[in-house]
Amino acid sequence: MGAQLLQYLFSGVTTGSIYAIVGIGFTIIYNSTGIINFAQGEFLMLGGMISVSLAHVLPLAAAVAAAVVITGLIGVLLQLVFISWLRSPSVLRMIIITIGLSILIREAALHVWNEKVRALPFWTGDETSSLAVLGARISPQVLWVLGVCGLMVAALSLFFRSTLTGRAMRACASNANAARLCGIRTSLLVTLSFFIAAAMGALAGCVISPLTQTQYDMGTSLAIKGFTCAVLGGLGNVTAAVAAGLLIGVLESASISILPLAYKDVVSLAIMLAILFFRPEGLFGGRPASLLGTRRA
Amino acid sequence: MSRKRVFALALLCAVIFAAPMFAADTIKIGALIAVTGPAANLGLPEARTLQMLVDDMNASGGLLGRKIELILKDTKANTENAVSFAKQLVEESQVIAIIGPTTSGESMAVKAYADQNEQILISCAAAETIVNPVAKWVFKVAPMDSFVAQMIFSTMKKMGITRIGVMCSNSGFGQGGKGQLAKYAPGAGIQIVIAEDYDKDSTDLTSVLTKIKAQNVQAMVNWSTEPAQSIVLKNMKQLGFDVPIFQSHGFGNIAYVEAAGKAAEGTIFPCGRILVADALPADNPQKKALVGYRSAYMAKFGEEPSTFGGHAWDSYSIIAAAVAKVGTDRAKVRDYIEGVKGFIGISGVFTFSPTDHNGLTPDAMEMLTVKDGRFAPLGK
Repeated sequence: MGAQLLQYLFSGVTTGSIYAIVGIGFTIIYNSTGIINFAQGEFLMLGGMISVSLAHVLPLAAAVAAAVVITGLIGVLLQLVFISWLRSPSVLRMIIITIGLSILIREAALHVWNEKVRALPFWTGDETSSLAVLGARISPQVLWVLGVCGLMVAALSLFFRSTLTGRAMRACASNANAARLCGIRTSLLVTLSFFIAAAMGALAGCVISPLTQTQYDMGTSLAIKGFTCAVLGGLGNVTAAVAAGLLIGVLESASISILPLAYKDVVSLAIMLAILFFRPEGLFGGRPASLLGTRRA
Repeated sequence: MSRKRVFALALLCAVIFAAPMFAADTIKIGALIAVTGPAANLGLPEARTLQMLVDDMNASGGLLGRKIELILKDTKANTENAVSFAKQLVEESQVIAIIGPTTSGESMAVKAYADQNEQILISCAAAETIVNPVAKWVFKVAPMDSFVAQMIFSTMKKMGITRIGVMCSNSGFGQGGKGQLAKYAPGAGIQIVIAEDYDKDSTDLTSVLTKIKAQNVQAMVNWSTEPAQSIVLKNMKQLGFDVPIFQSHGFGNIAYVEAAGKAAEGTIFPCGRILVADALPADNPQKKALVGYRSAYMAKFGEEPSTFGGHAWDSYSIIAAAVAKVGTDRAKVRDYIEGVKGFIGISGVFTFSPTDHNGLTPDAMEMLTVKDGRFAPLGK
């Protein structure tokens, strides 16, 4: 029975680690612009697709690195072409634009690649290998996901808290005019944030690809889960988004152990709604998520 | 008048006069195919196959000395699109017959309309309800879901399996399969110990597999069309859940094998013979048709054909054979199709009758497995 419980926990961590790593991307652009980028899921898809294609000619590590850089540059391009020329757009307008971008990227991917599902090879071992701990098993790829998650959190926290550029980025989000008055080049920083978010998204897309596989239309459903994590954790807080992701995964797994699988989302969404009802600022957040609509006013 | 102008005028005249003559002389065949959208991996090979067949036939002189005009509508797997395109094909284009739709939902939406308007419809979808109850003008060429369930259970019986777990996606396809499995299990002496539904966009299924593993089942059945088919395989291996895994004919796409890598080895599923065309014995009646279609498709599109493209091949070839025999009178074509016996197609050997508008039997399918990353017939 103990092994069974541990196995449910491991399963929850496996699912949760995927949600968490998607959630991270949402917090980056939110931190610098105060907007939610609904095309974040497509950055993951692009990262996965590009790395799978490059893995035919390059070693795995090089393919992943190249995918991260290329996707980052695509992020920059999209920001420059579609977003940078807007003068203080409303939140609603930004939401519509990013949703439009997500459709654009998805359809482009369908034409560049095709409708078929692909997957990167496992980074350690293969599809069948797993580590046994006290009678329960977990795929080594999950450890890779958790490790990359941890590195991203550490790097981003350090960046946003301790570097001048990172702090300037947060300043842009909290008040763009004041930031500009202080001599911060806000437009440049917003472009940079799109680079970081797209690159991090691509890295996430690569590390989860062996587990979830990659298909041109995977972005939307992943983004919904990632967005849920970001909101539950408290928007803008990278560490909290990861913690929230793992929490949702474990909750889903616990619900599956006693209820039919079909009720999984009902249980996890009900818990999330309850949490947001009592703590609208998210589990770990300082700022209420409900401020989303008023921050740029 | 300059020479250029004379030439342009002549060209214009040629186009104006030739176009109606050309149009009146063609045999119009309609197609409702989900070329894009969620069923694109079914619809795309169907559309490619149709285009290839029409081009080839036109290049070799057409049908009854007339060119064939394929009017293909992309339904995007949307039932409303399918219905409005069906009306367009019937009322505006006045096609001789309609191939498709691709999916079961669309086919059911169009069934009554086609029948009322005395329009031949040959669906490429799987659901039993498309031809049961029989509608006079509606046929289908894809094997039934029930064949798949029966094939899986008869293989299980040979392997001595009696207790199984079932997983289905929450799509129409998955739920239809779940119903068929539940219907045929008692008769086959098989007990479904646990049946679970998962979201079609699932990215990880270890939790539910943990639950099923604890039930000590002797085998697993997964029924879906989604990439989750590969995720199930990987998750089972990662959990050390070592029982035979059966999947539906939805697994008949080599991309799922590639995505699951080593974890796909040994998966058992029933499917059309096109996937193992080369490995079939030479005395198989379908061998020649299968190898011919496969090599033509691969030469043209550079990828393996699928069973879905095969459904389009069957629909088109049956219509073409009927028109070649009885001409373009719709009622006569329909009667001819209903009387088709022993027609060698890609999905099987068809024998239609007034009570059977599918024309296939369970042995249209072959039990397949995955060996060294390729599909292979399951050893007897």
